[in-house]
Amino acid sequence: MEALKIHKGKTVPLLNNNIDTDQIIPKAFLKRIEKTGFGEFLFDEWRYLPDRSLNPEFILNQPEYSEATILIAGDNFGCGSSREHAAWALTDYRFKVVIAGSFGDIFYMNATKNGLLPIVLQPEECHALAGLPAAEQVTIDLPNQQVISSLGYYYFEIDPTWKEKLVNGLDDIDLTLALADKIREYESKIPQYLIK
Amino acid sequence: MGKTLFDKLWERHVIAGKEGEPQLLYVDLHLIHEVTSPQAFEGLREAGRSVRCPERTFATMDHNVPTKDIFHITDLIAKKQMEALRDNCAEFQVTLCDNGSDRQGIVHMVGPETGLTQPGKVIVCGDSHTATHGAFGALAFGIGTSEVEHVFATQTIWQSKPKNMGVHIHGKVAKGVYAKDIILALIANYGVDFGVGYAVEFFGETISQLSMEERMSICNMAIEGGAKMGMMAPDQKTYDYLYGREYAPENMGAAIENWRTLPTDEDAVYDQMIELNAEELVPYVTWGTNPEMGIPVTAAFPKSKDLNDERAYQYMGLAPGNKFSDIELGYVFIGSCTNGRLSDLEEAARMIKGKKVKAGITAMVVPGSRPVRKAAERAGLDKIFEAAGFEWREPGCSMCLGMNPDQVPEGVHCASTSNRNFEGRQGKGARTHLCSPAMAAAAAVTGTFVDIREGEWLNGSLKNS
Ligand code: SF4
Repeated sequence: MEALKIHKGKTVPLLNNNIDTDQIIPKAFLKRIEKTGFGEFLFDEWRYLPDRSLNPEFILNQPEYSEATILIAGDNFGCGSSREHAAWALTDYRFKVVIAGSFGDIFYMNATKNGLLPIVLQPEECHALAGLPAAEQVTIDLPNQQVISSLGYYYFEIDPTWKEKLVNGLDDIDLTLALADKIREYESKIPQYLIK
Repeated sequence: MGKTLFDKLWERHVIAGKEGEPQLLYVDLHLIHEVTSPQAFEGLREAGRSVRCPERTFATMDHNVPTKDIFHITDLIAKKQMEALRDNCAEFQVTLCDNGSDRQGIVHMVGPETGLTQPGKVIVCGDSHTATHGAFGALAFGIGTSEVEHVFATQTIWQSKPKNMGVHIHGKVAKGVYAKDIILALIANYGVDFGVGYAVEFFGETISQLSMEERMSICNMAIEGGAKMGMMAPDQKTYDYLYGREYAPENMGAAIENWRTLPTDEDAVYDQMIELNAEELVPYVTWGTNPEMGIPVTAAFPKSKDLNDERAYQYMGLAPGNKFSDIELGYVFIGSCTNGRLSDLEEAARMIKGKKVKAGITAMVVPGSRPVRKAAERAGLDKIFEAAGFEWREPGCSMCLGMNPDQVPEGVHCASTSNRNFEGRQGKGARTHLCSPAMAAAAAVTGTFVDIREGEWLNGSLKNS
């Protein structure tokens, strides 16, 4: 996983509440067995017209947002299905950060596993950020847990463990395997009658 | 201070990590399916790792399977994904309930039916409706594919402990009102995110009275209320359900003794409480594009209060003030891991026995698993459905998400017993209305939604009388 410390990028607002993972990546694209190539299908039903030309009305397709790497959303972003394809689609498209009022719990975890930083801010802060000019560079400072823009400094909470993993781009499995003794010990204590 | 069911389940499984920080939990049962596992297996292969506990891992094929002719898969990419699961299970020695096998079904049906789902277990699956298994007093939740890979390699998972929420439900539901209405009403009243950050325990007189199947319908949709984990204390009904199942413990006596210590202590306190009076409930149907947009079947559609509502009305082709009886249905779907169990099919069959599906409506029944399909056939339900004009299909996820050939056409309204009415969920432009199996069945006959607490319908429904 790529490490993420300081990220500077432009924002794009998509303030609807409850954007579910079916909207982020429709199921038609879940049949692939690879992790890559999902960016093309991000927000597919909003992004394309029936003939698969880009829908000029959709904000991601507007030229001033063509470089945005920080998505500003409403509440409960990523609710619904557990599909990690949603996180893969967002990163593959080039998003590094999603800022929202709240996140679906499973999506939140999926994001952190893929170097996509989910940031929870107050709804007013999300709305203020959404009003920034498309050209403004916003700085995300993960070590100091701040979103820095012309609006000032917004502080955000993140669990120290997830933060450390994101900042260092650590592989979860290696870390856990270092605890193999503890896992074995736990297993040895499971009552036999519960195993069958 | 006492502990909740959730606290006890959590504590029993902690291997490492301090309180207040993410903790490493042991996973007793890892269920997988074809859609969210291929990249995880690929990750294992790339890193030269194996599945740590194949005997605690169990695979099903459900999302992609066609339900008309299960062996005739025309979608080549879907076929490739199913073959990948077959190959991966063979390579990593994981038991697979293959397409066409006796145990085949939706992953959340197969766990309980085989007896793999048991009280006290931590159960994970790369699928958000894993909370279904919480109905047995298990700590069950959906995970992403990276986490699937982590569980493969370590049989554990890192989680931040959510807070406790208690949902106390009291009162007997009226005739024509079902478990599905309880959960739809709860989400309609408290929103699609009331459970975010919480592990939700449903309890109270109403829950005790429900069958295991009905309990599963409620826990299944905990995620539609934002809760990753929904659960209920195990009781005699839970144990009775498990007796004699393939993977139930051999020494049930010892197991039950252990499980009896799980229910929430008298003096335990929840961080958050919700009260629901089930007596006041009526049949619920959703009008919009998320599960909180549900109202009593008799009510008029609410005023648009924000952009989300406006968008939903536009997508659904409806307007505030309309009523459900104004909707002209084109499809009716009875099935899914919410309502594809035997009792669901029985309730639906009772409503339509001797009646006919309205001309122009495509109506289908998709049992959630092969055991359900067989049991229904033994009871003659297939004949009742077919005589009424329903299609009787092979088990699978089917039209719940339309990843397979079963899809609702664009712009068409569908009465569906599934759990999500998201835009495009049942097909591009499909207009989904969530409801109970009995409501969906009656709707197939009339071509629109009716209040099944009235007239002839009331007599059709024998349950709860
Ligand atoms: S029936 Fe629907 S909700 Fe259940 S597992 Fe299948 S697709 Fe998911």
